[in-house]
Amino acid sequence: MISVFEILAAGLLEVNLPLTLIYGQKMRWIWIDKFVEFQSGESAVAVKNVTLAEEHLHDHFPGFPVMPESLCIEAMAQTAGILVGEAKKFQEKVILAKIKKAVFFRYVKPGDTIKLHAKIESIAPEAASTSGRITCADKLIAEIDLMFSHIDRNLAGKEFPEENFVFTDTFKSLLQGMALRGDSSAEPESERD
Amino acid sequence: MAMSRDEIFQQVQEVLIDALGVDDDEVTAEATLMGDLGAESIDFLDIVFRLEKAFAIKIPREELFPAENLMSNPDYVKDGKLTETALTELKEKMPHTNFSTFENDPDINKLGDLFTVDAIVNYVDGKLNAA
Repeated sequence: MISVFEILAAGLLEVNLPLTLIYGQKMRWIWIDKFVEFQSGESAVAVKNVTLAEEHLHDHFPGFPVMPESLCIEAMAQTAGILVGEAKKFQEKVILAKIKKAVFFRYVKPGDTIKLHAKIESIAPEAASTSGRITCADKLIAEIDLMFSHIDRNLAGKEFPEENFVFTDTFKSLLQGMALRGDSSAEPESERD
Repeated sequence: MAMSRDEIFQQVQEVLIDALGVDDDEVTAEATLMGDLGAESIDFLDIVFRLEKAFAIKIPREELFPAENLMSNPDYVKDGKLTETALTELKEKMPHTNFSTFENDPDINKLGDLFTVDAIVNYVDGKLNAA
């Protein structure tokens, strides 16, 4: 059965509105829980707690729940994307443009707390490239290198909505409590890797 | 830091293998980045970033791949071809590039063919060894 909302959404999709505009603040697509380190323009570390309360884990896979690797990449894209966005004071619309590398070494299971370490390798007016590692209790889970585009400065003058639909309040709230002083990590971590 | 053309070619080859996921035997001097190696627009930035790291040089985006901005200027394109003015300007901006084939038929759809592996090697060679 198709809901009225879905019909409405399908109609809006035809005019190519970004999903976040359609769903507004209702779109909940956040795959990191908080930042624990943030060096403006350089590097950031976010954590995510993985839990069986996440419904998809029961299907991926039945009897063998592991966090989908595609979502690990998304979590890294959010960690690195916010790092890149903050470097330009959230004035740019930062879009994941390329997965340069994604290599996985271990499964992520319910009960795991994963750490997403992202580093800016290069940043230019049009784009940025980042390198990243996911770890769990000091063990390497994945290496993920990404490229982001500042879309207003690319795609030969194509126009995008004025509003910054990438960095909504929901994303910015992740940074609340983080002191963005450039030289600090907000909370001392008992174990670092 | 003086580097021979061969050394530069080898490094450029490595950069392109990593950036575009191609095999080393595909990255010949004549290979075009878009046509032969399948590069898309974001790959050009990736390549620029990687070259900067590999050779410890700074590459203003306008220098290595300037054609993109040129095409959005209405005075430069007529009937799907580059105008004489545009061609002259492009040649000036891209001294590292071989225009001999393109000149005969400056179809903007063939503009991508100007970006070859050889052009990158020439550009890096100029940056490293000119001074």
